[in-house]
Amino acid sequence: MSEGAFTADSMVLVAILGMAAVTYALRAGGYWIMGRVTVTPRIRRGLEALPGAIIVSTILPIVLQGGLVVGLCLIVAVGVQQRVKKEYIAVFCAAAAAAGLRASGL
Amino acid sequence: MLEKNVTLSLSGCVQGALMCIPVFPGIIVFGAVFGTVAAQKGLSFLETLLMNSIVFAGASQFVAMEIYSEPLDRATLIAMVGVTAAVNMRMLLIGASLRPWLGTVPGYKTYPALFFLTDLNWLLALSQYEKGARDWGIYLGSGLIIWAVWSLSVIPGYFAGSLISDPKAFGLDVILPAFFVALLVPLWKGKRQTVSWLAAGAVAWVTWALFGGYWGIFTGAIAGAFAGAYFDE
Repeated sequence: MSEGAFTADSMVLVAILGMAAVTYALRAGGYWIMGRVTVTPRIRRGLEALPGAIIVSTILPIVLQGGLVVGLCLIVAVGVQQRVKKEYIAVFCAAAAAAGLRASGL
Repeated sequence: MLEKNVTLSLSGCVQGALMCIPVFPGIIVFGAVFGTVAAQKGLSFLETLLMNSIVFAGASQFVAMEIYSEPLDRATLIAMVGVTAAVNMRMLLIGASLRPWLGTVPGYKTYPALFFLTDLNWLLALSQYEKGARDWGIYLGSGLIIWAVWSLSVIPGYFAGSLISDPKAFGLDVILPAFFVALLVPLWKGKRQTVSWLAAGAVAWVTWALFGGYWGIFTGAIAGAFAGAYFDE
């Protein structure tokens, strides 16, 4: 924090605006493109498969990097979610399991 | 193929906002850690607030801060924008999947609302859409509350260093992945999902092993979507 709290460097501002611009372009771009494509049943099925595919692809590296504890906690979350069907209970149980496993030295 | 009876109501927004409460701890810790990282890297308080609130894409902000060095030169600036694009490439697909729901809503409403598109509120909204909800306030309300919580959470992190010295001891690092798998459970309906998810997982894994980083989310998602589209029972 060499500068004042409420100052901003012009290069940093350009970087922030650039990051914000590409991110918004990606947020709006996929939606925009789909408005220019005829949504056939096949494309619709593909779009419907996207959420699950994205979740699987997002979680996988986290599990691979997180190791045994993270993997076990996610199994806990799936098990709890199947029984009670309440996301916040599943999340709470998974976090408690992680805290417990780490406290026990895993 | 577009939904006709799409509505937007305040009660939908409130419902969406309330659904986010279980992930507040995860967002707050994630945001606070970003504040700490930004402070250590030498960003001013104002720069940190601006980046956090107008980029509003956590993972990409962390990766950009890994590259950042003071004083910022042009090559580093371009690299920061480039990695932000790479990490957020999945937004293209997430946004595309909202088209069937929001396609009949006028653009002057949807395009501003797309600024608030995150993995979290997209997942929440689509899980309600699967159950028959057509009120897109669920998407908007959850996006707005996540943005507000995210924007505020960076402040204590910036000043206090880190509120919790070891988030792992409290299991806070598993909150977001646990939330994702919990949302995955009701999406499974049968063979089509099994095939699609196996394809997504395999391709994401190979991509991650070869290139690391976040590219696997993009390649895995595309593979899963193709598998889902071309798998005929």
